[in-house]
Amino acid sequence: MELTVPENVAITKLDWCANWCRKNSLWPMPFATACCGIELMATGASKHDVARFGAEVFRFSPRQCDLMIVAGRVVMKMLPVLQRIWLQMPEPKWCISMGACASTGGVFDTYCVVQGIDRFLPVDMYVPGCPPRPEQLIQAIIDLQDKIQREGTLNGREFLTPQRQQEKRALQIIPTGEVVSRPSPLPILTNSHA
Amino acid sequence: MDSPSTLDQLKQRFGERAWSYSENPQSPQSNRRIVVPAEQVFSYLEFLKEECGFDLLVDVTCVDYLYYRGAKDRFGLVYCLANTTTSERLIVRCFLNEPDLTVNSAVPLWEGANWLEREVFDMFGIVFDGHPDLRKILMPEEFDAHPLRKDYPLRGRGERHNFQRITRAEG
Repeated sequence: MELTVPENVAITKLDWCANWCRKNSLWPMPFATACCGIELMATGASKHDVARFGAEVFRFSPRQCDLMIVAGRVVMKMLPVLQRIWLQMPEPKWCISMGACASTGGVFDTYCVVQGIDRFLPVDMYVPGCPPRPEQLIQAIIDLQDKIQREGTLNGREFLTPQRQQEKRALQIIPTGEVVSRPSPLPILTNSHA
Repeated sequence: MDSPSTLDQLKQRFGERAWSYSENPQSPQSNRRIVVPAEQVFSYLEFLKEECGFDLLVDVTCVDYLYYRGAKDRFGLVYCLANTTTSERLIVRCFLNEPDLTVNSAVPLWEGANWLEREVFDMFGIVFDGHPDLRKILMPEEFDAHPLRKDYPLRGRGERHNFQRITRAEG
């Protein structure tokens, strides 16, 4: 059976299109509590220019954001605030844990510092460093864009349960570090020369 | 310099036996200490403020001498005073032992003692009698330990892990 598609018509998946839109306009929520916040500001400033990756619209209201960047140590008095801000962000949303303190507590192994925000919040990307360079944060944003493109769905099914996330991960191809053949940006099927 | 006069005034008012004086020989003007009995600390402070011109309370803090070699008392309370006219400084100390960790509050003398005493109460559990609003100032309300005491573990007793975990499904 032969299918004919008119010229200038592209066929793709709705999920793929949604992911494409989402990953290229991440709106970060800067949760900057320490020196990582300075590097976060440098990332947004002109020299490193995170606008090249579509994530330049820093908003200080969680209701307008979909990417929380936790930059700095979180103490036990701040953690309920952090959780509340996370819950106030609309779906779909992602979280980057920036720096050693946010990821593990860093050198602050004391009674009041939370030893890694991933104990109490879902985290998508961890950025090592004390503080990380802006390039590292940009790399995390690029990796997060890849993740959104790979496993995102229009209605956020990938967030539903941990089991579903595990299934997704099992299906992913582990990058080898050599030439990785990525799917073309828009799988276009036309009737012209196919 | 009217530093001898402060000591003379104290001798006149409180006698010579009740309190002790020491100074740092390398900087005798900047590091002078008197140790006073805990139950009388308020009258000493009041006298120093009203009669000797120590109009500024620089700091109130505390030291826990648990496990400290040669220490006889558990807590050492510290008041740092300054005279803004003569630039004279004086450190007033008193020692406290469990179970009676109560001293009179210095808030009636210096309003600035309010938050300083709240911090000492929060970190060491020293109770300031007559304080208008003796609540925790640094730690969360549900925290029930005094973390700068030496018998409190550095990593806490698990308070930092005592939170609800938010998953993707709840978010």
